[in-house]
Amino acid sequence: MQASSDTSSLPEPSTHAADQAADQDLAKPSSLPVTIVGGYLGSGKTTLINHVLNNSSGRKYAVLVNDFGELAIDAQLIESKEGDVINLSGGCVCCSYGNDLISALMQLDTSTIDQVVIEASGVALPGAIAGSLSLLSEFKVASVVVLADGSTVKQQSTDRYIADTIDRQLVSADLVLINKTDLLDSLQVEQVKSWLRNSYPSARTVATRHAEYPVGLFLLDHPLNHIDRDTASGNGNSHTTSIYTTFTLEANNNCDVNELAAKLADAEPGLLRVKGFARNLKGQMQLIQIVGKRWTVQPAPSGAKEGLVCIGLSSDKLSSESVSAILGSV
Amino acid sequence: MLFGTVHQMITIYSAKKIITMNPARPIASHVAVKDGMIVGAGSLSELEGFGEFRLDDRFACKVLMPGFVEGHSHAVEGKWWRYVYCGFFDRMDPHGKIWSGLQSIDAVVARLKEQDASLSDPDTPIAGWSVDPIYYPEKRITREDLDRVSKTRPIGIMHASGHIMNVNSRALELAGFLRAGIENGGLPLGDDGIPTGELRGPDVMMPVGQHAGFDSNMLDFDEPGLVDFGKLCIRTGVTTATDLAAKLDDDLVEIGLEVTSRSDFPIRLSAYRFHHGLTPKELLQHVTQLAEKSTDRFRLGRIKIVADGSIQGFTARINPPGYYNGAPNGLWYIAPEQMLEIYEGALKNSIQVHTHTNGDEATDLAIDMLDKALQKVPSKDHRFTIQHGQLINAAQFRRMATLGFCVNHFANHHFYWGDEHYQLTVGPERAERMNPCRTALDHNIPLAIHSDAPITPIDPLFTAWCAVNRLTGSGRVQGEYERITVDEALYAITLGAAYTLQLDHEIGSIEAGKCADFAVLDDDPIEADPAALKDIGIWGTVQDGRIFDASQL
Repeated sequence: MQASSDTSSLPEPSTHAADQAADQDLAKPSSLPVTIVGGYLGSGKTTLINHVLNNSSGRKYAVLVNDFGELAIDAQLIESKEGDVINLSGGCVCCSYGNDLISALMQLDTSTIDQVVIEASGVALPGAIAGSLSLLSEFKVASVVVLADGSTVKQQSTDRYIADTIDRQLVSADLVLINKTDLLDSLQVEQVKSWLRNSYPSARTVATRHAEYPVGLFLLDHPLNHIDRDTASGNGNSHTTSIYTTFTLEANNNCDVNELAAKLADAEPGLLRVKGFARNLKGQMQLIQIVGKRWTVQPAPSGAKEGLVCIGLSSDKLSSESVSAILGSV
Repeated sequence: MLFGTVHQMITIYSAKKIITMNPARPIASHVAVKDGMIVGAGSLSELEGFGEFRLDDRFACKVLMPGFVEGHSHAVEGKWWRYVYCGFFDRMDPHGKIWSGLQSIDAVVARLKEQDASLSDPDTPIAGWSVDPIYYPEKRITREDLDRVSKTRPIGIMHASGHIMNVNSRALELAGFLRAGIENGGLPLGDDGIPTGELRGPDVMMPVGQHAGFDSNMLDFDEPGLVDFGKLCIRTGVTTATDLAAKLDDDLVEIGLEVTSRSDFPIRLSAYRFHHGLTPKELLQHVTQLAEKSTDRFRLGRIKIVADGSIQGFTARINPPGYYNGAPNGLWYIAPEQMLEIYEGALKNSIQVHTHTNGDEATDLAIDMLDKALQKVPSKDHRFTIQHGQLINAAQFRRMATLGFCVNHFANHHFYWGDEHYQLTVGPERAERMNPCRTALDHNIPLAIHSDAPITPIDPLFTAWCAVNRLTGSGRVQGEYERITVDEALYAITLGAAYTLQLDHEIGSIEAGKCADFAVLDDDPIEADPAALKDIGIWGTVQDGRIFDASQL
């Protein structure tokens, strides 16, 4: 095993086996990955969705929203709007589903889409949406991202009316984004973070502002080679200030890929995102995808090369050695 | 006749009795009508003073009441009658045919077989509705039951509650669910590990139901369905009804405007825009635009909020001690902040809001939010109304009275699911005070009662019977204390409901200046045995002075 560590600049795309493969014309998977974005009213879901729509990087996303209300799509991107559907240049489509998400999903033309993103309503339970999705064979849940307003979530968690809704939303998350941390001081951020990490251990928890979280870190097919650029106000000068640490691990040995994926997903300090290829014990190349704490393994497209891109928070003092050790243990 | 507008001559109708709901002269023998308006109600000699008239004695053996007002229905019932009726209780269709109730699963299968025999293509789906297996000893219907009808065509039957559906093997197969390995609470499995064909909740009903011939849009009326809904209204004495949860997109509004403008369309329909799919701001904008399109017979510009789910689906939000069977609390369908924003914006713009609450926690939320909104936007006479409010208690009514909330209780529910609530959902004590009409009136809450058609049949006299007798389907009186008198129930289905729709100045009583809207009855509901209220024959209606004879439909 070898690992390269890079906390100050992101590796060139050409060195990324994973992104190379992802950028190739992959054989269409049998079911489309669906990312569910949940969280209470005002937690920043729509802001996150706006980042997706305005930073699609050539991917064709179908974004389903409860309402068009606060969507801020760059006007130049809008090709047409008809009733509940907005078509964007580049192939993305945005639909408002009102109270009938399942019908909206069934009406999607899945042949023209790479990935689906669902914005749940502020009181919807993302776990229940994931349960319903399991019945639609054209779709599979890729991740459940739940946003929490860092300045109000603790208070909401004891609110007479919504406490159990907040809890049921968070408990289903693979990834919790504590948003609006600009309204808190650093001590408060740490307090909310540790409370959420202790209360909802089945999710990774990350602090954000203005829902600035790189699209590639929560959508499966999004490129990972410029994660610091692809949020709305992210700028390209973050090489020296990156809050993310990226490793590329060369996974050269055959291993139990499921066990590897599960261990990487659970590792502490935590990885936020893993994507890449490894061979299973039979020597077959497999695609590993991890978002938050949810991992999936599926057969890799032909031409894929071993290698895993692992991304975590710089502040978590991730070391390539500890991650490599996981690779060595399976 | 001189110059100008051509006016009709006054017609004076004689009747065996006219129950006016005007307390100053509660009974009259004649009513004078001109241009769709009531000129006066009284004796013939009193009315002669208005001038030249034509005496019409076609109702001389009939009892006239103000046209009934259904304050919570969905016009989609007309469309649902195109599915096969499979209910446990007898029910009349738009054409006046009484479909007998089906007392066993075998009877359900037999009725579906009749439909099967009438179809030549073996793949054509069959959709049925209103089945209620809780009344059958087996308690459950399986796909094998429905496979006895056909294995080639997909078959689905929706439960009366609208929350569950049963399908046959073919429908499951077409949806990809006729297999082992499915893990989803909405799809219970049989001993063989394969789904039984019971689909619990809209999220699983939809992907399968479409194969069985159900329209993906379960709530929107269509043109023939709206016409048929009108026929049901004539047969049940209804002259004003509601379409209480509508998306009201441009296409639907066009259909509504066109159909209701027809000279033979027999009701005034008030359509409430539901809150789903729009932000509060967009919602207020949309209803403001809709209000501009409002006509006499298609009233637009009001809002329906759905706060929680249903009690029998365990999705209602209820306060401690919670569900009798220990089920977890239900779901919110709107965030408190959004409800508050809609309430405030609506009060500012004099837009009326009706709010669906089933559980008492949802009612608490509506009360809290209206309290806050009124502090910010003090308003008189807003007539915000709680719809269903099935678990409201006296303390809540005391607060509602101070805020000016009205209530429209689901009286029919008691008959159809009262036994279920007693045994399973909320237990005896709370089941006995569900839909507490007596307590509402005792706290001076303006009261209407409703059917929620098509969930239960639109038929205000039946609804009145439910509120007066409080019998459950099994024949028990449940909650004797909450019974109301016949007079109070008749008020609730006329002026009471008209008040909650902000129409009491136009309809709801028979007095000078109001719309000539009558329910034409064969017998006198005030003199009838209260236990027979629902059995009083209905000849038809008069709406805006137009005569609709049910026997001629």
